[in-house]
Amino acid sequence: MATFLGINLFGLFGQLLVGLINGSFYALLSLGLAIIFGLLKIINFAQGAMYMLGAFGAWLALNHLGINYWAALVLVPLAVGAIGILLERVLVRPIAHEDHLYSLLLTFGIALMLQGLFTHLFGSSGMPYAIPDELKGGTRLPFMYLPDYRAWIIVASAVVCGGTWWMIEKTRLGAYLRAGTENPQLMQAFGINVPLMVTLTFGFGVALAGFAGVMAAPVYSVSPEMGSNLLIVVFAIVVIGGMGSIGGAILTGLGMGIVEGLTKYFYPEASTTVIFLVMVIVLLLKPAGLFGKEA
Amino acid sequence: MKAMQKSLMTAAVVAATALSGAAQAEGISDDKVKIGVLADMGGVYADICGPGCVTAVEMAVEDFGGSVLGKPIEVISADDQLKPDVGSAKVRQWIESEQVDTVAGLVSSAVVGAATKVLTDNKKIALISTAASNAFTTSSCSPYNVHWTYNVTAVANGTVKPMVQAGKKKWFFITADYAFGHALEKVATDVVEQNQGEVVGAVRAPLGTTDFSSYVLQAQASGADVVALANAGADTVNSLKTAAEFGLTQTADVAGLLVFTPNAQAMDPSTAGGMTLTTGFYWDYDDATRAWSARFKERHGAIPAMGHAGAYSMTMHYLKAVEAAGTDDSDAVMAKMKEMKPDDFFARNATLRADGRMVHDMYTVKIKNPDERRDGDDIFKVVDVLAGDQVYEPMLPECNFAKS
Amino acid sequence: MNDKKLYLALFILALAAPAVLYPVFLMKVLCFALFACAFNLLLGFAGLLSFGHAAFLGTGGYVTGYLMINAGLTPELGILAGTLAAGLLGAVYGKLAVRREGIYFAMVTLALAQLAFFFYLQAPFTGGEDGLQGVPRGELFGFIDLSNNLAMYYFVLAIFVFGFWLIRRTVHSPFGQVLKAIRENEPRAISLGYNVNDYKWLAFVISSALAGLAGSTKTLVFQLASLNDVHWHLSGEVVLMTLVGGMGTLLGPLVGAGAIVTIQNYLSGGELGNYIHIILGAIFVVCVLAFRSGIVGQFQKMLKQNF
Repeated sequence: MATFLGINLFGLFGQLLVGLINGSFYALLSLGLAIIFGLLKIINFAQGAMYMLGAFGAWLALNHLGINYWAALVLVPLAVGAIGILLERVLVRPIAHEDHLYSLLLTFGIALMLQGLFTHLFGSSGMPYAIPDELKGGTRLPFMYLPDYRAWIIVASAVVCGGTWWMIEKTRLGAYLRAGTENPQLMQAFGINVPLMVTLTFGFGVALAGFAGVMAAPVYSVSPEMGSNLLIVVFAIVVIGGMGSIGGAILTGLGMGIVEGLTKYFYPEASTTVIFLVMVIVLLLKPAGLFGKEA
Repeated sequence: MKAMQKSLMTAAVVAATALSGAAQAEGISDDKVKIGVLADMGGVYADICGPGCVTAVEMAVEDFGGSVLGKPIEVISADDQLKPDVGSAKVRQWIESEQVDTVAGLVSSAVVGAATKVLTDNKKIALISTAASNAFTTSSCSPYNVHWTYNVTAVANGTVKPMVQAGKKKWFFITADYAFGHALEKVATDVVEQNQGEVVGAVRAPLGTTDFSSYVLQAQASGADVVALANAGADTVNSLKTAAEFGLTQTADVAGLLVFTPNAQAMDPSTAGGMTLTTGFYWDYDDATRAWSARFKERHGAIPAMGHAGAYSMTMHYLKAVEAAGTDDSDAVMAKMKEMKPDDFFARNATLRADGRMVHDMYTVKIKNPDERRDGDDIFKVVDVLAGDQVYEPMLPECNFAKS
Repeated sequence: MNDKKLYLALFILALAAPAVLYPVFLMKVLCFALFACAFNLLLGFAGLLSFGHAAFLGTGGYVTGYLMINAGLTPELGILAGTLAAGLLGAVYGKLAVRREGIYFAMVTLALAQLAFFFYLQAPFTGGEDGLQGVPRGELFGFIDLSNNLAMYYFVLAIFVFGFWLIRRTVHSPFGQVLKAIRENEPRAISLGYNVNDYKWLAFVISSALAGLAGSTKTLVFQLASLNDVHWHLSGEVVLMTLVGGMGTLLGPLVGAGAIVTIQNYLSGGELGNYIHIILGAIFVVCVLAFRSGIVGQFQKMLKQNF
């Protein structure tokens, strides 16, 4: 086996690839949070709960409605997005003009309620969800066995992240969106329905979390706690990337997946902490995050 | 009038004798036996010993007849929120202001460690059903601890020993990075080495890790025959899912050292099927277990996990001992509990040792494949019954409370 | 003047409380109230949201617990050591954190607190998730036995009164006025020639030392220090307490801590434990939507309107 400085290189390649896979998953999760913060200035702490809803949605769809994974991948994010729209209209909008702190606390409360509700309804242990038949199996690479489902995570994440980035940064719709959040009065005067746009953007950001939830269902435990474990990490990614930067969140998600993967190899105990170390260092050196604009 | 005077007189006499210290050992204190159930009502362990443990204890009280020595039995319960300070404060409050005689349930080892200290200080019996640590009858043993359902030693011995003896010599551990995981890894490592096996590697994954693929790759690269999961709950589910996905289950055996029925139900049968593990109870073992489990399921809504059945069994044994001792005084009851042999649908070939360890038959089970299952509750196939003294650690001399 | 009467009435109430309520419960309320008051000094009076205050509570607790078990310190020295340690950590963390503002300040404190959590998780002396168990309460000044709950309660009450007094002094001092000026209009304070970061830093150190004092006291009360004391959930809980009580009011955190601890205590007894997350979450939502000024803030508003 190839080694370098006593490190097994094949092993390292494997870890890097696994880190990249996790990174693309993180990117997917961060994306929704980054959109909601970047465009709406709302800190959505319920994003983890929405991810959990997505995973449970996939399970419910399969077991109670007979909807398979592929259909769930489309339908569940729509349903979760609809819930997001409802939340925005009923709960978030009344405090939209208040300090960021309040949206953070409000959505944290919503997350607690959802998590408690699902523990109550479905128990704390979680639900089984099988990998769809089309994606069972894998490919044997020289340095590791790559399950098809993990490859699919990279593809799906690249398509969704790339598409979203393109839509917001490069299309007319995205331009309206950015302008509408920069200067709502002006856009309103141009005849654009800004409140509707805000609601739809929130719904879209939340739907992305729902999508990530469906993606996660076959590989991770579908349980009420699944979102709260990840949320704080994903939140850190958005902060490191620069709150408001869509591209920053995507790139940081990928990068942190790799950093975390390497930590899991060399010092596994610290793998959930390393991201906070990075966050401290980045914020002290670059106050607005890696890709954020200085205020 | 006369009758009333008489009853007033007796009341006065009873009060007077109750006040004099010597008489306290006799009879039931405060005119009732009160059992506090401390468990995880809404957290990650809620399914393995939460509301279900309360139900199990209540069932035992009802089956016993609701009263002992003519005095009513009362059950109260509280949520420990998995926090040692919350749990120990609750126990203290129960003892100091609610006349609780014993505390049952007891899930997370950290909470149980704190709670048993308070109980021992106050000479009250701890009926531990679901905690995994073996400390309560070894390093922090106490004359007031009763540890009923299982412990890390029993599950490690039960699962690891047969595999090493069958020639699976090289072991790799994926361990949850906290005291419980470390304890499980240590006990299992000892078993591996005593049987001429070898531990080729171990990783410590932080509690609540979502993605185990990195650790699975490391396990794969180690060339181990067996990859042991020294973790619990969602960690076990996540690590096993990933192991199956990355093809680890095809090149090595994966052994979940601690798996409760709700965890097994949370795993997709096509990935978990075939895995061997050790449990203190399985609902579908024989008619007696099925009969009790059916009653439990009717009230609780799900099949019992081993901690639930243990909670019922130990409560029953406690109440029988109170009756036999003629008092709820902890020392007298404890002596009776250890003297009488526990024997019911749960406790088979059982003894409650002088150190408080209840030693009973354990079961080696295999998780059923999808095509072997009748329904969602049909998850294990019992492949072997292990005599208790083969799997539990021997009593430590310093924990033998019979001598003193 | 009216204030003084109110404080006196509350103090007498606190003196008599153990006759009616369970002392350990009261001590828990006081410990969390002190913690919330310390937190509120930053959020309410300096406008700084720390999302990592549990690190200081936990540090106080661990240091006190460790020294009480291993060095046989008396309780007052143990608490002093814990408080100093938390203040010291606060001095370091504060130095780093005050360089950032708003949500970034919150994030830096959160991240630093996670590093502290990791340290306590890994350090062998903390006992991992079992925590430091069996911390002796000891004898105050060498002759008052604190294992008696009542003696302990009055000791805790004295600590709380001291902490509260210190916060009140700080808020009403010229230093406190500058803090408020910074909260209201930071550029203006800078242009007036104040070194804003130094003021923030000092407020941070005082706040973290007092949080440590609360943690040290809590460790003595419960005779244990555990990882829950440094977990970010606790950092979130103290935000909730302050919000419910009323941020920026002196008594708000006390009322908020009392309310939340009571609710938790009530819910933890019995079957309602099932609903604890749902109910706590609902309190968050209702508070943010309807009572942003908190119980005490709302009360003050009503008083102002009626008189």
